[in-house]
Amino acid sequence: MKYLSKLQQVLETGNFAVTAEIGPPKHASAEGVRHHAHMMKDYVDATNITDCQTAIVRISSIATGVHVMDCGIEPIVQMTCRDRNRIAMQADMLGAYSLGMRNLLCLSGDHQKFGNHPTSKNVYDVDSMQLIYLVKRMRDEKKFFSGEEIKEHEPQFFIGAVANPFADPFEFRVDRLEKKVEAGAQFIQTQCIFDMERFERFMEMVRERGLHERTHILAGVTPLKSWRGAKYMQSNVSGMIVPEEIVQRLKSAEDPKKEGVDLCIEQINYIKDNIKGVHGVHVMAIAWEEIIPEIVQRCGLYPRPKFED
Amino acid sequence: MIVAQQKPLQEIADMVSDCKKVLLVGCAGCVTVCLSGGEKETEVMSSALRIKRRLEENPLTTVTFTATRQCDPEYIAEMDEMVKDVDAIISLACGVGVQYVAERYSDKWVVPALNTNFIGGSTVHGIWEEKCGLCGDCVLHKTGGICPIIRCSKSILNGPCGGSQYGKCEISKDTDCAWALIYERMKTLGKLNKLMEIQPPKDWSTSRDGGPRRATREDVIIG
Repeated sequence: MKYLSKLQQVLETGNFAVTAEIGPPKHASAEGVRHHAHMMKDYVDATNITDCQTAIVRISSIATGVHVMDCGIEPIVQMTCRDRNRIAMQADMLGAYSLGMRNLLCLSGDHQKFGNHPTSKNVYDVDSMQLIYLVKRMRDEKKFFSGEEIKEHEPQFFIGAVANPFADPFEFRVDRLEKKVEAGAQFIQTQCIFDMERFERFMEMVRERGLHERTHILAGVTPLKSWRGAKYMQSNVSGMIVPEEIVQRLKSAEDPKKEGVDLCIEQINYIKDNIKGVHGVHVMAIAWEEIIPEIVQRCGLYPRPKFED
Repeated sequence: MIVAQQKPLQEIADMVSDCKKVLLVGCAGCVTVCLSGGEKETEVMSSALRIKRRLEENPLTTVTFTATRQCDPEYIAEMDEMVKDVDAIISLACGVGVQYVAERYSDKWVVPALNTNFIGGSTVHGIWEEKCGLCGDCVLHKTGGICPIIRCSKSILNGPCGGSQYGKCEISKDTDCAWALIYERMKTLGKLNKLMEIQPPKDWSTSRDGGPRRATREDVIIG
């Protein structure tokens, strides 16, 4: 079988995948990105490149992808619907594919109100659901979003999407995941899991509908550095649930950073060993990329599978 | 209706700072209902401007008129005589009214006293909310009578996004998530299965993106 990307190969050959996240900088040097990429390259199968996350201007995800690839990691290009209309999105997709990028993650994007340009205008010409469907149609039916034929060299992305089991209405979250799978999402990365009980309930519903057999679900985790960080997410980030015992555990820890890493490792091990239908883990070490090797190693997920090109 | 709110008085005063006599024109349409540009507000603004200028020792003369509708040339024509000796016209209508006035009196300085906010209605006395995104291709039959185009901060057609929590939008705890409302309404109606249909990309050419729009009814055109 020919795989669209290495990530797809890892997942479809039955491995428990590991993806991480690299956040591009708010300046024009990729030195930091390259440093992080070199450090984590043997420990992850692919890494997300965020697309101006929290609506803050940064090096674009595709340009950063070039640096990341150059360092030997397969990028997962994040594409939000916030900043580009369907013309610009497709232009960027053609460009990303021409540069060798093979994974595309389709998402709505944080509202611009949260970023450093709150007076800007958002686009949302298409939404994330439509984007998934349109990228699939580009690949499978060789059509631009308008329906016009792509005569040759259509981009063939391995298509990803996100799911947030912690947003509301809870019972509609699995419905919406099903819609994304119907639209063409081949892998799903979830929002950071802190409320394990709720995630388990979510996965139970996913399994009841057999969605775990139609898409690859990667559980999102985030190592916390301090109780303040946990508290901030608990009260200020819409769509996140951080149980109070996690805040307290970090607060009472002698070494909060070590405690945060330990907690993250416990979560990964728990998910890996106990929650059926999860095919990998997505580690979002926000502004803490250097911790990835330790986490992957201590979870027994190192070395990563290698394939012939 | 169109909902508009008054600009700060200083901003309006600055627009006519070099004038000696101005005409303030109210509108008896939407802006009367939303208490920003009706006859009463026009009189109050007229007095406020006069007092301000008197205190600045630069007196201003004002005259007032309230049109039945400023978005209709025949009602504007009623003030043809009044505009003759004024240096400027301050319109307390929505942006449509201001433009009709400016078009009719092409040699007059016409300025807006209001900011035109949205089309919507009041929820309780004194509070108005936006309800329609004027997209030109209504989808309310698919969304339980709640407009996602304007009431969702991302205008998404396949919501709710991951930022919806406790029924609120990620942008503010004071903003209802339109898709949470849609979900609840469809649930009540027993039509949740309708939300499983993937809504295709919207044709925005019927919205503001196609240039100024025009509606035509051949059957009522005279002549």
